Amino acid sequence: MNPALIIIFAVIIFSSLLGIYAGRRVKMNLEEWAVGGRRFGVILIWLLMAGEIYTTFTFLGASGWAYSKGAPTFYILIYGTLAYTFSFFILPLLWKVGKKYGLHTQPDFFIKRYDSRTLGVLVALIGVIFIVPYLQLQLKGLGMIVEEASNRTIDPRLAMVISFVLTCAFVYTSGIRGTAWVSIIKDIMMILAVGIVGIGVPYIYFGGFGKMFKALIAQKPHHLIFPGATSNMDALWVMSTVLLTGLGFYMWPHIIGSVFSAKSAKTIKRNAVIMPFYQVPILLVFMVGFTALLVIPGLKDGDFAFLALVNKTYPSWFMGFIGAAGAVTAMVPSSILILFASTVLAKNVYKAGFNPNASEEKVVRLSRFLVFVMTFMALIFAIFFPSALVNLLLIGYDGISQFFPGVVLGLVWKRVTRTGVLGGLLTGIGLVILLVFGGHDPFFGLNAGFVALSVNTVVTVVMSLLTKPQKSWE
Amino acid sequence: MQKGTKYALMLGAIPFITLAFALPLVNRIEPIILGLPFILFWIISWVVLTPFILLTAYLLEKRYNTPEEGDE
Repeated sequence: MNPALIIIFAVIIFSSLLGIYAGRRVKMNLEEWAVGGRRFGVILIWLLMAGEIYTTFTFLGASGWAYSKGAPTFYILIYGTLAYTFSFFILPLLWKVGKKYGLHTQPDFFIKRYDSRTLGVLVALIGVIFIVPYLQLQLKGLGMIVEEASNRTIDPRLAMVISFVLTCAFVYTSGIRGTAWVSIIKDIMMILAVGIVGIGVPYIYFGGFGKMFKALIAQKPHHLIFPGATSNMDALWVMSTVLLTGLGFYMWPHIIGSVFSAKSAKTIKRNAVIMPFYQVPILLVFMVGFTALLVIPGLKDGDFAFLALVNKTYPSWFMGFIGAAGAVTAMVPSSILILFASTVLAKNVYKAGFNPNASEEKVVRLSRFLVFVMTFMALIFAIFFPSALVNLLLIGYDGISQFFPGVVLGLVWKRVTRTGVLGGLLTGIGLVILLVFGGHDPFFGLNAGFVALSVNTVVTVVMSLLTKPQKSWE
Repeated sequence: MQKGTKYALMLGAIPFITLAFALPLVNRIEPIILGLPFILFWIISWVVLTPFILLTAYLLEKRYNTPEEGDE
């Protein structure tokens, strides 16, 4: 057995044990399972949110785009910063209503605010449908990383199955606490890996990133400004994409869920202030992609640029470290995706849609059982229907962002009605499907999801004004 | 709207202006600053400045807004 393999499996197993340990002595009810009893302070919230943002996509997608597309990859550095700025204003309001009405999930919010179970079930189903590709993306990344890191001695499917069964175990036992604890290991390893490689490779091959950029500008003068190596991702596309993804980020069901686990609105606000610092390591990931373009040009799939360059540069035990970091980086966001998809299905589809009299105990039991179902489904999709990394995420974002008017207007505008939200949401989702699958993304240079969101917002406002006013909070 | 919130919103608009709407104006390589092409330097500078902008917003809200229930 080579050292890389030992490191990878040791880290995966140790992390999962820590995740399982996190839930000891907690009597599992819905409040503990989904929102950790609403007791998370700044540090746990930070770990949780950071855990959700830095996914395998950070390793592979951001460097992959730097390699194959150039400047458009900068959007990844920007959108998180805009998301945190937006969260500073909106999330404390969301937390307050969450606390007041005992909300656990995003559909809970829709049910309570708009007094509509139909809307709740619809939001729940749309959320889960878009979570599946996101989960699959994590699995695919995990498989790629472990396969490369182990020098193709581990079958990616085996790595996917082992790490997902373990993820399933700590979600089942500890709920959201498991995710927060495993995030500690993940964050340390990720930052170390990105720091070492991001600073290391430009220095090793060029003597510093300034010289690396000089060489890149001399060789490909247009790679570092929009639209880079693409034909349709100009400044306008980047602008509309960062607006869409920046505003859409907190519409993800699992991310709204983790907002509720904070112990106060102030915790959320303080967290929003420090989060943008966490974006800076992404700059280092770009450096790896750009260096790879100069050192190992001609890769067929840019998503492999990070791993291929590390493989070429570092000893095999270090690849083990990268593999392990990549694996936990997939496991943490996956665990929370699985947790919220299961909770939403149990509480907002089963209970709200079919059996309003179900006891809380029954809902928790069903949520925990659905953890296995979601894990199994994600594995099936990842193994049998794999697809390209970034595009999948962009389609997910296009869809999820359509919740924006329902959530934000629901918090700040008394006049918004359920008919308005329903009309806007359906129009938005319809437009996303029409534009993206009809090959019209970008649409006149704009991100298609952004176009859909704009139309969705107008429809929501107009239809709300045309319908009878509805009772707001209180 | 309370005075602190108004100030905070004005500050909160800055990252959106610099990191989204201004992009077409800063889409160039020259001048190279600290070894980074100008566009990348611009983006990373505003990313690093944003926490300070939000901190200012936080302090202004604290100073000018009357404390609400559940803020602590």
